Amino acid sequence: MSLFSIRNLNKHFGGLAVTDHVSFSLEKGNRVALIGPNGAGKTTLVNLVTGHIKPDSGEVFLDNQNITSLSPSARVKAGLVRSFQVTRLFSEMTPEEHVALAILQRRGRSGHIFAHYRAMPEVMAELRDILGLLNLDALARIPVSDIAYGQQRLLEIALVMALRPKVLLLDEPAAGLPSTDTVLIEKALAQLPPDLAVLMIEHDMDFVFRFAQRVIVLAAGAVIFDGTPQAVAADARVREAYLGSYAA
Amino acid sequence: MTGFPVSAATTPNLWQRSARADAIAVLVVAATALVLFLLFPQSLALLTRIVAIMLLVLSLDLVTGYSGVATLGHATVFGAGAYAAGILAARFGVADPLLMLAIGALAGALAGGVSSLVILRGHGLGQLVLSIAIVQLAHEMANKFSSWTGGSDGLSGIMPSPLFGLFRFDLWGRTGYWLAVALLIIVFLVLRAVVRSPFGMLCRGIKQDPVRVRAMGAPVYFTLVKMYAIAGAVAGLGGALSAISTKVVGLDSLSFSLSAEALVMLVLGGTGKIFGAMLGTIVFVWFEDIVSAINPFHWLTIVGVLLVVVVLFAPKGLVGAIESVVSRMRGRKT
Repeated sequence: MSLFSIRNLNKHFGGLAVTDHVSFSLEKGNRVALIGPNGAGKTTLVNLVTGHIKPDSGEVFLDNQNITSLSPSARVKAGLVRSFQVTRLFSEMTPEEHVALAILQRRGRSGHIFAHYRAMPEVMAELRDILGLLNLDALARIPVSDIAYGQQRLLEIALVMALRPKVLLLDEPAAGLPSTDTVLIEKALAQLPPDLAVLMIEHDMDFVFRFAQRVIVLAAGAVIFDGTPQAVAADARVREAYLGSYAA
Repeated sequence: MTGFPVSAATTPNLWQRSARADAIAVLVVAATALVLFLLFPQSLALLTRIVAIMLLVLSLDLVTGYSGVATLGHATVFGAGAYAAGILAARFGVADPLLMLAIGALAGALAGGVSSLVILRGHGLGQLVLSIAIVQLAHEMANKFSSWTGGSDGLSGIMPSPLFGLFRFDLWGRTGYWLAVALLIIVFLVLRAVVRSPFGMLCRGIKQDPVRVRAMGAPVYFTLVKMYAIAGAVAGLGGALSAISTKVVGLDSLSFSLSAEALVMLVLGGTGKIFGAMLGTIVFVWFEDIVSAINPFHWLTIVGVLLVVVVLFAPKGLVGAIESVVSRMRGRKT
């Protein structure tokens, strides 16, 4: 059985099918890109999988466990973590505090009232590792509102790494960045643990081709292609979905 | 005050530095208390009242300033502490002041935890309205159960026994004052630890982006209920202190207007800062006392003008303004 699988997931908003019988699965170590034209239902799919929206029907499995009815935070604890397309960080807090909070949360210590992360050597060691890996150590104690957007995107990745997920959903990790900074994100993603399964939504096709071993194409809520990056450009239905009747 | 300067990144032993900062802060509070005691021996009752209200404003700072919950009904937890301590003393003859404080804190924590279950269901304006409804309900309940609470006449007959069996609560209010100062210093130290703890960071995170906190797998609702209970205990201590030092509890301690004034004091001093809550209370209550003596008819107008001036020229409150002046001066030196 797969590490992570979606089975026959459906969601309607009124009469509009935004997710239409979607099924696919991920194995350990997979690097998969989810692409599709605007309005194809990519972000809705992420919201369904992470539990922020309830599906009309269908199931989500992680590690042989049916997680369809779990709350979003229970799914995170089970190992299913997402990043955000628009940076969602705590603007008054520093990168160090962000990553510390994520580590403490994973270790079940975020509720402690009389403690300080700087007095916990194992938390500090992990913190330094993660910030060092992403070259954020120089900025560790500057409030997030004062650091550049590219670095905020890196911190977004640092946060999900600190949660040590089994399956990671990256919602446009390079969104809003100039192509020169995309390289930084790519380098950061190369640091992800090899046995982690990653599903990445992305528009930059060059980036997708470098990153993914497999591409899933979503159009009008349905999966229209699931295969190698080499085959996707040649696929007639994909060309039609992106280019409409011009492809004919 | 909390937070470290950026240059601290290269300095080891941050933990020791924060312990030293705590010690300095406690000395400042204690020295201020001593100076006020020597300068205003006639005003100890007022100063004690300021400390009691300060505990309410500190409590409000925990839920509003640190955790982002909008409330105009925070006197509920203050009144719960005051009435619990008062009823215990007046109806059950429990006169030990420390026991009264403990009961006040417990009642405040309970009231905070229970009322938060309702208040946290709402968001934004809805949350504000729920909090007002809660304080009005509590006020009306205290009014109706007059056989317990004394209703609109107030609860009297509170006779606290001497502190540690040694220090009577005299006419000058010296015992009450030093009890208040000791209580404030303890609460101050505990809260500084709480807001820096992982739990405190989680609450600050919830204030800034609850969606992100959920995406990290952390519980938002439960964390806020817990913070509300802690804040309730702090305000409950303030209520009990006011019952002990004034020997009466009135319906005004459970009122919407006290809740609103507490929020004004917090904004005046600066939200999300422990010193902000403390300074805001001193300035507001003292100002109110002086101005209402000078002009008993128009003093509220003058308080209003003060508030407008602060919000326009120091949007982060008095402490926020002081902090930015200090950091500018530091920047000039280096």
